[in-house]
Amino acid sequence: MQPKEIVVPTSSISMLRRPDPLADTQMTVSLGPQHPSTHGVLRLELVLDGETVVNAIPDIGYLHTGIEKTMEKEKWQQVVTITCRMDYLNSMGNDLGYCLAVEKLMGVEVPKRAQDLRVLLTELNRLSSHLVWFGTHAMDLGAMTAFFYAFTERERILDIFECVSGARLHQSYFIIGGVRWDIPENFPALVRDLLDRFRNFLDECRRLVTGNRIFQRRTKGVGVISKKDAIDWGLSGPTIRGSGVNWDVRKAEPYSGYDTYDFRVPVYHDGDVWSRYLVRMDEMEESVKICYEALDRLKGSGSVMADHPKLNLPERDLMKQHIDVMIHHFLLASEGFTVPIGEVYQSIESARGELGYYVVSDGAERPYRVRVRAPSYVNLSALPAMVEGQLLADVVAVIGSIDIVLGDVDR
Amino acid sequence: MSILSNIIDAAKEVVEVARTTAQGMSVTLSHIPTRKETVSYPEEAVTIYRRFRGEHFLDVNEDGKEKCVSCFLCAAACPADAIYIEGAEDQRPYEERIGQDHRYAKVYQIDYGRCILCGFCVDACPTDAINHGHNFEWAVFTPGEMVKDKDFLLANKWREPDVTPNENQLHLAARQKMDKLNIILK
Repeated sequence: MQPKEIVVPTSSISMLRRPDPLADTQMTVSLGPQHPSTHGVLRLELVLDGETVVNAIPDIGYLHTGIEKTMEKEKWQQVVTITCRMDYLNSMGNDLGYCLAVEKLMGVEVPKRAQDLRVLLTELNRLSSHLVWFGTHAMDLGAMTAFFYAFTERERILDIFECVSGARLHQSYFIIGGVRWDIPENFPALVRDLLDRFRNFLDECRRLVTGNRIFQRRTKGVGVISKKDAIDWGLSGPTIRGSGVNWDVRKAEPYSGYDTYDFRVPVYHDGDVWSRYLVRMDEMEESVKICYEALDRLKGSGSVMADHPKLNLPERDLMKQHIDVMIHHFLLASEGFTVPIGEVYQSIESARGELGYYVVSDGAERPYRVRVRAPSYVNLSALPAMVEGQLLADVVAVIGSIDIVLGDVDR
Repeated sequence: MSILSNIIDAAKEVVEVARTTAQGMSVTLSHIPTRKETVSYPEEAVTIYRRFRGEHFLDVNEDGKEKCVSCFLCAAACPADAIYIEGAEDQRPYEERIGQDHRYAKVYQIDYGRCILCGFCVDACPTDAINHGHNFEWAVFTPGEMVKDKDFLLANKWREPDVTPNENQLHLAARQKMDKLNIILK
């Protein structure tokens, strides 16, 4: 009798695809999870033939936080305190996506002023996120100085966030129905000061890094992904716009009044690291334009919260005088509000690409399920296609160019 | 001929690399005379914006009575379950008791290992008892020290740079070490 075949448990995909150790010239190298060029805790299992990459297998899960599951435990309004912790470089955008999704489900109209404020802060956040990318990407390729200048500018943006929301990274400033507080007095001057010097800063970046011949030779023709492949992999954001696809959620499915702003979507056609670099640099310039326009619209005053009895906490003076208002305050603060039964998908253009929220409500005061379509996760999945046949040193350039945030990949 | 053209190309490349590198260096050099961006904290004070959400403080009213009435609303609003309260009744007259109401918090703890500083407790508090201060220096040696009790949170108010206690509140402030925060509010 034939013995039964032993089935080896294959707990991970990488085990299945691991090459034959006896194969002659190939060798497997682990890049990360503590390697500084992986921008977090990403492990890449690289199969090398000499210095040429034969295969690269991203191994994720080192930063798994279980945030999607935690959201089911929090009340609707409390969820905004953890959405920003997924993609920590683009926290305003993350909050915005969730808020828009729930507002869509509830049918709430956000006031104009809150929308302009959201656009302004999200664009500032895009700038700060791109600055981190610019600094680290240049540093990966050997340019240290750019990192310092980028972080100096980023510090100013974080100061603005601190001024308006009280926190630098995890702001929790956008809530369902609008924003938490109106802007302080010194806010417009701070933003204008930043924007005025930002054009000059971008010019410096061009002279420092873009014009640099060494940087160009490290990036041109490296990590190419064709237009068709980019669409097939489901890429989004600057990564797909570097491959010649003109697709931006802000233009395709406008939200928060983006259709009323005048901006251009930069597209480059080579599909290499250099194209993606240029897309982001041009995008920063467009963001500055949007910020100026949004700042002009913020003149005057107005409500920053939707006129909805359940979303707004009652006025504090009224609450302290009348017992019925007090009871309302107690119920809202302790039990929250319910959201009509239904499910909704809302996507926004984060700094990394299409960030989608699929929110399911069963009519309770907590979400039944929140599923996040994270741009970094999808973009990272195309990494093997980009680095195949490239040199080992180019892998670092490609990782930098798709601008992943591991908190966004793992959730 | 092809060897010669290769050499010319290589020479051109070297010149181009040198030129663009020098161009980048000119940017770096132009930054040298500009103002320093870093602050040598803790020797120098750092600038903090007024809305900054730092370590909480528990407020007292003008008579030095604790504002907290132990309603548990902050604990209910907390997304991270960081607040632990035990309420109690104090039936003594106003002058003798420690709270502004008969009901007061016997135990009030915030676990800063859990707190995410979202400010939802401050929004929820119906008596303005809990507020965000501006302290951000909370390095400790053991996780247990991250749980701050009521006395600590009450004394936190007097550490704020723009708060000075009046004579009614001095007894409490005197019990605590009153080192003011090394910050400038903007």
